[in-house]
Amino acid sequence: MSEFREKTSIVDARIPEGPLANKWVDHKNHVRLVSPGNKRRIDVIIVGTGLAGASAAASLAEMGYNVKAFCFQDSPRRAHSIAAQGGINAAKNYQNDGDSTYRLFYDTIKGGDYRSREANVYRLAEVSASIIDQCVAQGVPFARDYGGLLDNRSFGGVQVSRTFYARGQTGQQLLLGAYSAMSRMIAKGGIKMYNRHEMLDVVLVDGKARGIIARDLNTGVIERHSAHAVVLASGGYGNVFFLSTNAMGSNVTAAWKAHKKGALFANPCFTQIHPTCIPVSGDHQSKLTLMSESLRNDGRIWVPKKKDDPRKPVDIPEDERDYYLERRYPAFGNLVPRDVASRAAKERCDAGYGVGASKMAVYLDFSDAIKRMGEDVVAAKYGNLFQMYEKITDENPYKTPMRIYPAVHYTMGGLWVDYNLMSNVEGLFVLGEANFSDHGANRLGASALMQGLADGYFVLPYTIGDYLADDIRTGPIPTNSSEFDAAEKEVKDRLHKLMNNGGTKPVDYYHKKLGKIMWEQCGMSRNAEGLREAIVEINAIREDFWKNVRIPGSADQFNQELEKAGRVADFIELGALMCQDALDRNESCGGHFREEYQTPEGEALRDDDNYAYVAAWEYQGAGVPAILHKEELHYENIKMVQRSYK
Amino acid sequence: MNLKLKIWRQKGPKDNGKMVDYPISDISPDMSFLEMIDVLNDQLVEKGDEPVAFDHDCREGICGSCSMYINGEPHGPGRGITTCQLHMRSFNDGDTIHIEPWRAAPFPIIKDLVTDRSAFDRIIQAGGYISVNSGSPVDANAIPINKQNSDEAFDAATCIGCGACVAACKNASAMLFTSAKVSHLSLLPQGEVEAQKRVLAMVNQMDEEGFGNCTNTGACEVECPKGISLEHIARMNRQFLGAAISHSPEKGGGGGE
Ligand SMILES: Cc1cc2nc3c(=O)[nH]c(=O)nc-3n(C[C@H](O)[C@H](O)[C@H](O)COP(=O)(O)OP(=O)(O)OC[C@H]3O[C@@H](n4cnc5c(N)ncnc54)[C@H](O)[C@@H]3O)c2cc1C
Ligand code: SF4
Ligand code: FES
Repeated sequence: MSEFREKTSIVDARIPEGPLANKWVDHKNHVRLVSPGNKRRIDVIIVGTGLAGASAAASLAEMGYNVKAFCFQDSPRRAHSIAAQGGINAAKNYQNDGDSTYRLFYDTIKGGDYRSREANVYRLAEVSASIIDQCVAQGVPFARDYGGLLDNRSFGGVQVSRTFYARGQTGQQLLLGAYSAMSRMIAKGGIKMYNRHEMLDVVLVDGKARGIIARDLNTGVIERHSAHAVVLASGGYGNVFFLSTNAMGSNVTAAWKAHKKGALFANPCFTQIHPTCIPVSGDHQSKLTLMSESLRNDGRIWVPKKKDDPRKPVDIPEDERDYYLERRYPAFGNLVPRDVASRAAKERCDAGYGVGASKMAVYLDFSDAIKRMGEDVVAAKYGNLFQMYEKITDENPYKTPMRIYPAVHYTMGGLWVDYNLMSNVEGLFVLGEANFSDHGANRLGASALMQGLADGYFVLPYTIGDYLADDIRTGPIPTNSSEFDAAEKEVKDRLHKLMNNGGTKPVDYYHKKLGKIMWEQCGMSRNAEGLREAIVEINAIREDFWKNVRIPGSADQFNQELEKAGRVADFIELGALMCQDALDRNESCGGHFREEYQTPEGEALRDDDNYAYVAAWEYQGAGVPAILHKEELHYENIKMVQRSYK
Repeated sequence: MNLKLKIWRQKGPKDNGKMVDYPISDISPDMSFLEMIDVLNDQLVEKGDEPVAFDHDCREGICGSCSMYINGEPHGPGRGITTCQLHMRSFNDGDTIHIEPWRAAPFPIIKDLVTDRSAFDRIIQAGGYISVNSGSPVDANAIPINKQNSDEAFDAATCIGCGACVAACKNASAMLFTSAKVSHLSLLPQGEVEAQKRVLAMVNQMDEEGFGNCTNTGACEVECPKGISLEHIARMNRQFLGAAISHSPEKGGGGGE
């Protein structure tokens, strides 16, 4: 029983009837369509130009809708998706290793520790192959073999090679593909692009999402934009931890504003801590750098068998090394899923076997791979990652093992959406990392790019029509209504408050404080007592922030400190909700590890009888516990079992 | 370490700017250059002064945001890196460091170190794409692409749109940026179809934006953080000439449509 207020209403995901493999095709055949002539009369706002937003914007504009797209960077091409390294999954079975739609579906459900929706995940696996076709047609230069055909690599948590990649810059190449498709539609007038604009609220008219309030970041001018539907593709919220692998600007503001207007926030505590990142080097650190998971294909992870071994790693003989992943998980070895690999690293470091100055790191060693394949082959596969590592640490990974440690990387939680990717607020759609998505309690590597592009190229273009079919006679949505007045006033009042509270502390001071609490109490392992304390502390940070933060300059100009302040204010409220969610979920699953619930071997212990649901939270006010709604998860095609990678 | 910073401060696009001195101390050699500016900015905020505005996002050398001159060099000392990948260990205790925004007419200053590089977006909009709609394209392996072309296309495609090539060039030419995109697409069978129209449209847009001519100094290649090669400029020139002679706009396939 939850200790929080719970609504008996069960949220309905509106999953189509029929056998799993036919649901999507049948659904597509039966959704309502908007005729080409009518599409011209319909406006759609898309917030975000990462893979999810850019692919959606291009696709909807090609279909004939009037799209207005927003991003806070100076160009859509710089969205956070640009940084994705390792690859994108697709069930193409080009390697003839037994891959199939079903297998990708099964791996994703299992990898997510049985906390995702079967119908959505199946659809994702189903459209995955088309994504690769689409991207190649756009000119995405995926890696190829000497026969000129596409190459694949394998990623954690699976036993097939289904990951397509473009050296270590897959996200860049996919995003440039989507950005070029967008650019084409911008030139044709199908998309109006608003760079350096930040959405600060969503506007509801008669309960439907009909527009946004945005701030022009160059001038500080507050603008009203209306549309028949609003699509949020604003990315994940890993920066609630201050330190993460996310880009500095990644934030929860768009999603949080929607949440405050009634959109349910689902599974907020499901966070992915990525096992292979460059360890923290000091207090000055502003972000953490990921070393792609693809490195675990050929690199071996180990720590010395002896505590505080003073020797250099190259001087430690083979039999005095503990390849703890290979030891604990012989079937998957270094390729266990991320949550498992991260916890295993933490376990070794907490037990005193960590390496490096901080002792909070483990080795990722390529010496065997170099012996086996030669330095050239290793360089061709991972050269840019090795170079990146060397630039940051001043150490050469060809000569000495990398030091790595887990870091916050991805958020599986996000706004709740139904099968059509619409939130419980009518006309508000959510795509990509911003929705609670298809990854359950843990995402498999190379599946975020797949999901973002699936949502934008292949799902939303069909499902949004079903909603917009009612709007062909609505006409343009006016922006002079009382609803727009009220939303604009709220935004302006809040900015005014931030600018004029007479405080003394920079925004980062609060962000770092929040991040520390989140990392310690709501990070790789959590317990009830710590989470309760964290909620109290976070509420205190919120009060202090609104009294004592200082933002120089004015709101009517380019003001990055003000941008940061708005984002951190929302992170603080989100942090409290994440702790509440983690506290409510009295089980361990995927990335959510509650110390009270583990097997004797220290593996996550799920409680399917009581927690096989999506926790969808309803906002009640800052500092007030949210109300829990449940979406029960039904597994009709897969049997729920204890995950095992042994 | 202790440093003397000299930073360009400019309130807005229409204001006059000037270099301002900021001494800074206790900088760790392990900090990145941007983390050093973070430290300065927090100190400025605590004093009630406006922090130095600068673009940045990924902080790992891929988004192309963090553009600035450091001691007169785009992205500072060191080859093949962006400012966010520059570490303070590249400097010595007591150094004076000059920090300025890109200086090129097509990149007007917005504030301090922040410039408007939307001209690059417009060059891409002019034709830097393959005209294909989302829907049902052919199977990805239906058209094999020889590895050499595919690798070369990839090398060109790694451009991050940072603008260092323009900033490094005494003529503020955008040839390296534009040619990288032209090469990437024309080396692939999918992109070859529209190659002629594309190159004409993109070069035309580049000129309209006010970027200067290329006089083959090669400064762009030296300063490009992604090592984009001058060969792409040569290829673009050949394609441009060929297209200018043979391309008739009425029959054109795609780019710039
Ligand atoms: C270092 C790194 C490597 C990764 N590697 C991989 C990988 O190899 N494979 C894989 O599958 N996944 C990978 N991921 C995960 C994946 O990159 C992301 O989950 C995915 O790119 C998110 O895409 P998105 O479109 O949902 O959002 P994003 O790309 O984050 O885009 C968000 C967009 O929203 C805009 N925005 C946000 N808020 C506002 C607002 N209030 N107003 C206006 N605009 C706003 C931003 O400007 C931006 O355009 C990686 C992630 C990281 C951090
Ligand atoms: S060509 Fe090089 S310097 Fe020019 S924009 Fe591209 S990456 Fe930057
Ligand atoms: S901040 Fe992205 S390249 Fe430097």
